[in-house]
Amino acid sequence: MKQEHGGVVTQKYGMVVDLDLCTGCGSCMVACMAENNVPFREDETDKLKSITWMRVYKLTNGKHYPETDICYLPRPCQHCEGSHGHSPCVSVCPATATDYDNQTGIVSQIYTRCFGCRYCMGACPYHARYFNWYDPIWPEGMERYLNPNVSPRMRGVVEKCSFCFHRYQAAKDKAHLDGQKEIDEDAYQTACTQACPAGAITFGDLDNPNHAVHELKKQPDAFRLLERLGTNTKVYYVSSREWVRRAGDNYLKSEGLKKAVL
Amino acid sequence: MKIDRRSFLSLGVGVAAGTALSPLPWKLTDDLSIWTQNWPWTPVPEIGESSFVNSVCTLCPGGCGISVRKVEDRGIKIEGMKGHPVNQGGICALGLSGLQLLYGPTRIKTPLKRVGKRGDGQWAKISWDEAISEITEKLDGLRISGNSHTVAGIAGSRHGTVSQLFSRFLMAFGSPNFFHTPSIADTYQLALQYMNGVSAAPGFDLENADFILSFGCGLLEGWGAPVRMFKANTGWKKNRARVIQIESRLSCTAAKSDRWIAIIPGTEAALALGVAHVLIKEMLYNKDFVDNYAQGFESFVTDNGEIKKGFKQTVLEEYSPETVARVTGIDPSAIILLAREFANAKAPLALCGKGQGKVPGSLSEAMSVHALNALVGSVNRKGGVFPMPAMEVQGWAEVGMDTIASAGMNQPRIDGAPPNSPGCINQLPSAILSGKGYPLNVLFVLESNPLYTMADSKTVKDAFDKIPFVVSLSSFMDETAQYADIVMPNHIYLERLEDAPTPMGYNKSIISLSKPVFKPRLNTKHAGDTLILLAKGLGGGVAEAFPWKNFEACFEQAMGDKMKTLKKNGFWVDSDAVLPDWESTFKTASGKFQFAPAEFSPGVAPVKIEGDSTFQLLLIPYETMRLSCGYIANPPFLTKTVEDTILKQNDCFIEINPKTAQSNQLTEGDVVVLQTPRGQARVRVHLEEGIMPGMVALPRGLGHTAHGGGYIANKGINANRLIGPVQDPVSGMDAAWGIRAKLSKA
Repeated sequence: MKQEHGGVVTQKYGMVVDLDLCTGCGSCMVACMAENNVPFREDETDKLKSITWMRVYKLTNGKHYPETDICYLPRPCQHCEGSHGHSPCVSVCPATATDYDNQTGIVSQIYTRCFGCRYCMGACPYHARYFNWYDPIWPEGMERYLNPNVSPRMRGVVEKCSFCFHRYQAAKDKAHLDGQKEIDEDAYQTACTQACPAGAITFGDLDNPNHAVHELKKQPDAFRLLERLGTNTKVYYVSSREWVRRAGDNYLKSEGLKKAVL
Repeated sequence: MKIDRRSFLSLGVGVAAGTALSPLPWKLTDDLSIWTQNWPWTPVPEIGESSFVNSVCTLCPGGCGISVRKVEDRGIKIEGMKGHPVNQGGICALGLSGLQLLYGPTRIKTPLKRVGKRGDGQWAKISWDEAISEITEKLDGLRISGNSHTVAGIAGSRHGTVSQLFSRFLMAFGSPNFFHTPSIADTYQLALQYMNGVSAAPGFDLENADFILSFGCGLLEGWGAPVRMFKANTGWKKNRARVIQIESRLSCTAAKSDRWIAIIPGTEAALALGVAHVLIKEMLYNKDFVDNYAQGFESFVTDNGEIKKGFKQTVLEEYSPETVARVTGIDPSAIILLAREFANAKAPLALCGKGQGKVPGSLSEAMSVHALNALVGSVNRKGGVFPMPAMEVQGWAEVGMDTIASAGMNQPRIDGAPPNSPGCINQLPSAILSGKGYPLNVLFVLESNPLYTMADSKTVKDAFDKIPFVVSLSSFMDETAQYADIVMPNHIYLERLEDAPTPMGYNKSIISLSKPVFKPRLNTKHAGDTLILLAKGLGGGVAEAFPWKNFEACFEQAMGDKMKTLKKNGFWVDSDAVLPDWESTFKTASGKFQFAPAEFSPGVAPVKIEGDSTFQLLLIPYETMRLSCGYIANPPFLTKTVEDTILKQNDCFIEINPKTAQSNQLTEGDVVVLQTPRGQARVRVHLEEGIMPGMVALPRGLGHTAHGGGYIANKGINANRLIGPVQDPVSGMDAAWGIRAKLSKA
C-alpha cells in the first residue's frame, strides 16, 4: 500500500531477484561497474578489496558429487530500513555520510562527507560496502568513458550500490518536465536490472500496486537475506529450491525456515 | 598562577564540552573530508549532450544489438538494444565492457613494422602508405614467381562482408588458402550436408522446444548466441520446458537444468545412439517421418547380395542401454527414462557442441545427435532444427580470375582439405612443419588470434616460425600481432561500418548493422579499406576484382536493397522465410533425410584423446561467461567478475573432485604441476564437488602473454598450451574434448 509521510506519497524502491532464472553470467556486476564509474585494479583477486557494488555469490548445497547443486545470488546493497529508517550502516556513521531517505527508501552515500572511518563497513551484515584503499587509476584515456552523472571517488572513501540514484534523479526531472506527478515504473530502472539478460531482476516501488515487485515479493518462495537480524531489507530473493532459501540465513540444521516478522 | 589538578581537569572538560557543543568540530570534520578529497587527479567527467546510437556488438559471434550512450563524442555506456530480435534488450558482461576495449591500453595506435626479433615487441611506426607498399611489393613478387598460393589468410569468421572480401582477395590473388576460426558450426554444416543434403548452418527453434537434450552445450556459458540463450532459458523456465544437460562438470547450464547427467567425456555419440536404441526398440519414434521421408533406416540387400546395415539395425545391435552404460558411465535405467521422456515431449530437441562450441568436435557425435532429432521428427518443424539458407554476398560482380589467379586457385589447399570446404586449420601447423607440400610465405590474420586460440600453442608457434612474413590486422596487441612482422591495425568494432551475420543456432536469417558509433581516434584503418588498397596496389586482375572507391561503397553494394532496412532498424531479418516441409526440404540424392550416409560410421568407443595410461587423469577445458577466450581478451571489468577460486593473483585453479584430490594427497590451494603430453604448467588446486572423479577442469581465457597493460596478461594458464588437436577421422577437423593429464606437487 502507498505510504504517506506527512501527506507526501513516498516510495520504497526495491528488487525481487529470481534465483531460478539467474544464470550467474555477471552482466549485472559489469553493468553496475560501467554505470557507476567503479574503479578497477590490476589484481582484483583479493575479494576483500575488490570493489563490486553488485556482487554475484556462488552458493552450494554442500552435497557430494553427483548430488552437488549450485545457485548464483546477485547481491546489491540491501538498502536496509531496519525499524523506521535505522539501517545498521546509517546508525553508526559519524559523519552522516550515509542516510536513510524516507522518500525513496534508498540508503544514500555522499562521498564528500565520508572521511573513511569504515565503521559502516563493519556494521553492514552483507559486505555491501567497499572502501577505496587506493586512488582509482584510469589508464591513459580510459577516463573518457566515465559517466558524468556519477561522481568518481578518490581514496579514503566508502562506496556502495545506490540503486542507481542518479537515474532516479533523472527520472524525477523528466517527470517534472513532462508534468507528471509520479515516475513511471520503466522510467527508473537500475543498470543491473536493465542489463540482466535472463530477466532475473525486477526493480520498482515495493509499495506501489502497479509495480511488478509489489506482487512478486509476496510469492511464498520469496525470502530476504539474514531476515532475522531485523534489517528489513528491500531486496527479495525467490527460489524454488529449499536449500537456497535456507542459505539465506544462518539456520541451524534443526531449524525450519521462517520469515522475520517486523 | 597555580592551577591545581582539579581546576586543570575542570577547565579541560569545560573546554572540551564547550567545543563539542559549538559547531567547530563538526565544521572542521566536514571541511577535512572535503579538503582531503580535493586532489586534482580525481577525474571529473564533463557533462554534455547525451545521445544513444544503435549498433551491434561483434565481440563474439552472438550478434547482440547494442545501444551506446554517448555524452558529446565520448562513449559512456553500452546497453542492450531494445527490440533487437536476437537479444531483445539484453547484453552480456563482455558486451557491457566494450568501452574499456575502445579506450583501453592494448589498442594498436598506428601501423607498425617489426624491428628486432619476432615477439620482442620492438616496433617502428610506419605510415599506411609504407605498410601497403611493402606488402604489395612482396605479394607481387609471389604472383610473378608463380607462388600466389603460398599466401594464406585466417579470418575470424567465414561470414560477413569483410570476411567475404578477404576470401575474395585471396581468390583474385590466386590462393585457395582461406581459413577461419573453427567451431561446432563447421561440423554441423557437414552433418546437415550429409544427412539433409544441404550445406548450411543449423537453426534451432529453441523458443518453441519443450524438451532440450543438451550434449554438453554451454547453453548458459556462451553457446550459440549467448544472450539469446539466456532469454530462451528464461522462456523455458516460465513455460516449464525441461532441459537435460549431459556433461561431466556442473557448469551453470547443468546447475540450472532440470537434470544434470554426468557422462564420461567423449562418449556423447554412444549416449545419443543409446537413446535412439530405446526409441527404436520401444517404437517411440516418429513413424511418419521415418517411413516416408527418410532413407537409410532399414537395412537392405544390394544387387550383388551384400547386406547394407541400416541405421536401425546398427543401433539395435550395438547400442543397447547396457552397452552404452558401460561406455558412458550412465545407468541403463537413466538412459531408458531419458529416451522415453524425449520421445513423449511435444517438441523435443537435441543439441551438441561442448561448451561454447569452440572446437568443431566429433562428426559422428553431431550426426548421432542430428539423427535423434530426425527420429522424433524435430527436423524442419516448429521447435526443431533446420538448415539456414546461405547468406553469401549477392551484390558484387564475380571475380574474374587472371591466369596467375587461376593457376593459384588450382593448387591444392595447404591443409589438404577439399577446395571450397571450411578447411582444417588444425592441420595447418603440421602441414607447414612437415615440409611436404609447399611452404607458406605470407600469412594474413584478421579478427583472430591463432597463436592463442589454436590447440597445442607450442606447435602453432613453431609453425609460425616457418612463415617468413606475418601480417596482423588486429586492433589489439594480442599474441599473434605481437608475433607479426607488420601490423595494420583495424578500427575497433565500435568504429566500424560492417554487418554482423546470423549468429550460430539462430533460426532466422538476420543481418545486423554495425555503425561507426565513434570516429576512429587512432591511426587505424578499416580492414575492408586495407584489403581494397592492397588489391588496388597489386593492379591487374586483382585490382579489377576490387573496383570500389572504399569499403563503404563496397558495403553498400554488398547489402543491396537490404541497406534501407538496415539503416532504419539497425537490422534486417528474413521474416518471410517459410520452413520448407518434409517433402521439399531434403536435397539428398534420394530427396529424403539420410540416416546412414557413407560418412557416418560411429563406433561405441569414446573419441580418442592424446595421452597414455601414465597420465591418470582427464583434463577438460571449460568456458565461462566471465572469461573471453576467443580473439577478444578480457577487459578489466570482466576480469573483476572472475571468482577467486578460478584466479588468485596470477595463479589459476584447476577444478578437481575432492575424492580425486585426496587420493593424490592434494588439498585446497595446493600448488601443483599439471602435465599433459603437450606441455606442463603450474596451477593451484580447487576442490569442487561438481566434477566427475578422475577429471580436472581448466578454464579457457587465461594465460595471455600479450595484451599488455597489466590487467589480463600473465594471469593463469592458456588451456590451449596443454591440449593438442585430435583429427576427426571423417571431417579432419579438431575433435579433441580434452587430453590425459597428471598432477604432481610443485
